[in-house]
Amino acid sequence: MTGYLSDVAALARKDLVVELRTRDTVPAMLLFIVAALVVFHFALPEGSSRLAAGGMLWIALLFTALLALVRAFVGEREEGTLDGLLLAPCDRSAIWLGKTLSVLAFLLFAEAVALPAFALFYEPLTWELVAGVALANVGIATVGTLLGAMAAATRARELLLPLLFLPVALPLVIGGVGATLADEPGRYLAFLALYDLIFAILSWASFEYVVTE
Amino acid sequence: MSTSLRNNGAALLSLAAAALLVAGISLALFWAPEDVDQGILQKIFYVHVPVALTAYAAFGWGAWKALRLLWKGGDRYDLESYTAVHMGVIFGVLTLVTGSIWAKASWGHWWVWSERQLTLFLILFLFYSAYFMLRYSTDPGPRRARTSAVYALFGVALIPVSFLAIRLAEGLIHPVVFTRDGPQMDGAMFLTFCVCLAGMLALGGGLYLLELAGKRADASLQELRERLT
Repeated sequence: MTGYLSDVAALARKDLVVELRTRDTVPAMLLFIVAALVVFHFALPEGSSRLAAGGMLWIALLFTALLALVRAFVGEREEGTLDGLLLAPCDRSAIWLGKTLSVLAFLLFAEAVALPAFALFYEPLTWELVAGVALANVGIATVGTLLGAMAAATRARELLLPLLFLPVALPLVIGGVGATLADEPGRYLAFLALYDLIFAILSWASFEYVVTE
Repeated sequence: MSTSLRNNGAALLSLAAAALLVAGISLALFWAPEDVDQGILQKIFYVHVPVALTAYAAFGWGAWKALRLLWKGGDRYDLESYTAVHMGVIFGVLTLVTGSIWAKASWGHWWVWSERQLTLFLILFLFYSAYFMLRYSTDPGPRRARTSAVYALFGVALIPVSFLAIRLAEGLIHPVVFTRDGPQMDGAMFLTFCVCLAGMLALGGGLYLLELAGKRADASLQELRERLT
């Protein structure tokens, strides 16, 4: 078990070190989400309610996450790193978990800027919103990493990932928007946790089938 | 021998489907009592709901075959899973169309977001359309078979999760016929519904076997051609 965890930690650290050196993904995510929030200001008519702003935030988060997910495996494929990882003497699901953790770290980074920006431009943050985002992050990273690996193996690559990801991520949006806006956010937060659990187990169990030749 | 048996299965199921559907529709039109609220409009229930349940059955069957593929391996499960999902999408589109007609007739709008089942089918339609994109964008081989299988398995997890999400989010406009206390309709209606459901399932099964035979023939033809060249 400790061997498994240290494999996961090493794989996640590898992604973070690569990102620190190249600075490919996170700056792009930050710029994208702030730009999206600015665009939404002009897309929402004057006097729109806080309900509309809350919904828009979730769209921005989802599309920003797509940027990270596309980058996560396309690079590995182009450079041939994935073949090396598959040859490494570790459990295949450790590759998925390592990748999921690094995507999660990127998302947290982007949100550390996006949520204060949202509070500045639109509405003050509530604890329900932050909890909803935190729970949704786990779902986005777990499912998205698996689907990203799937899409990276196809000819269409980055074109395919949004098509695969958005229908699966729809319950996350429903749960997230509900947690942000509903009067009883508890049910929605519980739903998000349930989603995370189900899809984390599924993705963990099926990753090996997706990456092996 | 085995091929002819399978074709016989398709023929038998098609005959059963024809007989049951004719019987079911006649029962629905001439025997089952009219609904107090909706009148004749409610008759579309005998088509809409069986079509929807057949679509679920096809998706479930596809996921079951996908699970077998991942568990045991073997090319035939890939084709079977693919064909089942294919059938599921066809019946899913039919569900969207009949549901839309029902919504227009009873509420005056072609599309009502608060109709939970229809919204769910829209999500599933998007999800399984991406399944085809995934398949056509990957070269044939064991990897494509496994990737498609994993995606088909995600589908059956997505159905209850999305349903729960939509139920959390929406009000209650859709008439809820099946509750925890059993079906809320009288005996004649329920019997008619069961005949229609059996007919639709037989139709789905027959189409599935026919399509499978066609796809298998296609695959063997391809193989023969490759051997000749």
